[in-house]
Amino acid sequence: MFRVISKVKLATQITKLEIEAPLIARKAQAGQFVVLVSDEKGERIPLTLADWDGSKGTITLIFQEVGFTTSKLSAKEAGDWIEHILGPLGHPTEIRNIGRIICIGGGVGIAEVYPITRAFRKAANEVIGIIGARSRELLILEKEMRQVCNELYISTDDGSYGRRGFVTEVLKEILNTDKTLVKLVYAVGPVIMMRAVSEVTRPLEIKTLVSLNPIMVDATGMCGACRCTVGGEVKFACVDGPDFDAHQVNFQELEKRINQFKTQEQIIRDIP
Amino acid sequence: MRQKVRQQLPEERIKNFQEVSLGFSDEQAIAEAKRCLQCKQPKCVQGCPVGIDIPGFINLILQGKRRDALLKIREKNNLPAICGRVCPQEYQCESECVLSKKNIPINIGALERYAADYELLYPSVSISSSYKLQSESKQKIVVVGSGPAGLTAAADLAKMGYYVLLFESLHIAGGVLSYGIPEFRLPKTIVRREVDYVRSVGVELCTDVLIGRTLTIDDLFTQGAQAIFLAVGAGLPQFLGIPGENLKGVFSANEFLTRVNLMKAYRFPEYATPINLGDKVVVIGGGNVAFDCARVAIRLGKDTQLVYRRTENEMPARKEEIENARAESLKFRLLTQPISILGDKNGSVCGLECIKMQLGQPDDSGRRRPVPIKDSNFVLDIDTVIVAIGQRPNPLISKVTPQLKTNPNGTIWVDDNLMTSLPGVFAGGDIITGADTVISAMGAGKKAATQIDKFIKTKRESL
Ligand SMILES: Cc1cc2nc3c(=O)[nH]c(=O)nc-3n(C[C@H](O)[C@H](O)[C@H](O)COP(=O)(O)OP(=O)(O)OC[C@H]3O[C@@H](n4cnc5c(N)ncnc54)[C@H](O)[C@@H]3O)c2cc1C
Ligand code: FES
Repeated sequence: MFRVISKVKLATQITKLEIEAPLIARKAQAGQFVVLVSDEKGERIPLTLADWDGSKGTITLIFQEVGFTTSKLSAKEAGDWIEHILGPLGHPTEIRNIGRIICIGGGVGIAEVYPITRAFRKAANEVIGIIGARSRELLILEKEMRQVCNELYISTDDGSYGRRGFVTEVLKEILNTDKTLVKLVYAVGPVIMMRAVSEVTRPLEIKTLVSLNPIMVDATGMCGACRCTVGGEVKFACVDGPDFDAHQVNFQELEKRINQFKTQEQIIRDIP
Repeated sequence: MRQKVRQQLPEERIKNFQEVSLGFSDEQAIAEAKRCLQCKQPKCVQGCPVGIDIPGFINLILQGKRRDALLKIREKNNLPAICGRVCPQEYQCESECVLSKKNIPINIGALERYAADYELLYPSVSISSSYKLQSESKQKIVVVGSGPAGLTAAADLAKMGYYVLLFESLHIAGGVLSYGIPEFRLPKTIVRREVDYVRSVGVELCTDVLIGRTLTIDDLFTQGAQAIFLAVGAGLPQFLGIPGENLKGVFSANEFLTRVNLMKAYRFPEYATPINLGDKVVVIGGGNVAFDCARVAIRLGKDTQLVYRRTENEMPARKEEIENARAESLKFRLLTQPISILGDKNGSVCGLECIKMQLGQPDDSGRRRPVPIKDSNFVLDIDTVIVAIGQRPNPLISKVTPQLKTNPNGTIWVDDNLMTSLPGVFAGGDIITGADTVISAMGAGKKAATQIDKFIKTKRESL
């Protein structure tokens, strides 16, 4: 059992939990995730590590209430318990000094791109951040991202804050001015966003990484629920990823597979 | 006459997940025990991978000493209630029984189960608590993986007086016993009881720890482990590599069984994990895993068929399970090879294209090789596919521990004493053999415990 240390509501339906998990905190690296089971009869769901503190022995998870388990999790308070957490899982993002990097986070994906952005910056890269959300109330971690980026751009779909439109609009503008200097684009967010980013960078031949978020069960490579097609080959995102070369990913397939249990998700959410 | 085990009737059992086999009554157990010839040099014991004193425990049953019979089995086997249910006795002890010459061997499996279930009937008279740590030795041993190999080694080592830490990556212990074998063949309360027994002899179980990620092998040694036993199983699902395998509605056997058994999707939405099957399910494969999948699908109310590329004679599954499945109205499509899974515009399965096969020359395994019949393609009208064509060794630990030597088939390399290429690290069970049986994994667990004990004693003496 894992104890919740603190809880903060970051935005409508977006919650941040700090949880006691010393073993995971000691090993965690940027780009890794955990799988958790909230309660005894719960399901196993993956969540990216948004932060961790090895000396305090805590990890931070940020999630949006999108399904049954995330809704239950968001009802947890400091002092409550989470049944099971396994991690850190997946390959850490490869952090090296490569020059200018653009880190993109969309929606709750900002929480996932934050530790990666921080790690790239720490490795003395020049990091440009682009974060986006549907509207101002849903934008999270602006302050934290500003601290770790050399420059930060913001966009909202409805124009209530920052640039109006999608993160890809900002990306295009930046690349229009000096694309040659950009060595890597790293993007996390909804599948359509990652796919759109990938389409922007593909013709420019800029290396682009995305962190994939398929449905998972065990997250240790034993079930294949998380399989994706990358470069024509089947990969298990939980152990082969979660980072993959965006230009090789079959996003269309991923989008379909993610919706596999839509009906069931509705059923369980409608139970009073 | 060999006593037949009572079963739930097929038309009843397909509507529930309760155990199919109901076990022996007292009268049946005594009657069966009476048939045992009590051979002076029992062949059956040689057929048992862990060497249970079979005539010994059968004699105790005959005397009405069911509890003593259980203790007798426990001398060699830490998990009797499990083995009595899932061991393929027909290839092991029972095939060696002298009466098997007349084709009616003693029903050893059912007797083992009868003895073991004593504890289920009389839980207050717990046997496990009578074990105490035999020495004050605080030498620490780490066991990785809580399937039958890990549980057995852990219990044996604890009984030898070691401090044993057992790590499991899933949130529930038991390995395949928990996530793979369905409730109706092996109730999870029984697995839990046997795991509790292993804990009661002093083993400290830690779930939610993935060795290789949460802690590495180096960490384990740094934290004082004197030896490590890797019993991480063969959990990597194999796919066919045909078009359409990533469509919605295609599951690996492991995903399907894990959702249903471990996560209890058959009780959704009381349990939060869903399973999403269409109405017409096809299971591909001919082994025990395929039959387990098919029988689960039938219990979920699905019209289910099994596609296998050879004939029933070549099926690796146990005869008993094939018969059970047939009685539960599973449809067989033999000599049939899937070549492509067809999908609709939403990316969901809408058919399975197959080709008819015929048996040709025997292959390496001695089974006749199936060869396609030209132009015999046809499409099965189905909407869900479960791929049950085998599991390979779990690659995670060897991937993150490059010093660990592996064989070309992905199994971890070990010497005759089950030691890997890393000194002090042992391995056994499905991770060194590929997918095998519960009892052979337990046999490996026992052997590893003995070898680890030897290794530590030698190390101590050389100091
Ligand atoms: C559906 C199915 C039905 C079967 N039916 C039968 C049957 O009727 N009779 C029979 O004799 N055999 C049967 N078998 C085979 C039998 O279950 C296996 O041979 C046996 O369980 C192997 O035992 P094991 O201890 O080696 O590994 P497993 O039982 O596979 O246990 C390995 C454990 O290690 C854990 N693990 C893996 N990696 C790590 C890690 N890095 N860190 C921590 N933990 C880890 C896994 O989560 C798992 O719990 C069946 C198998 C399946 C899949
Ligand atoms: S989630 Fe099961 S293999 Fe990746």
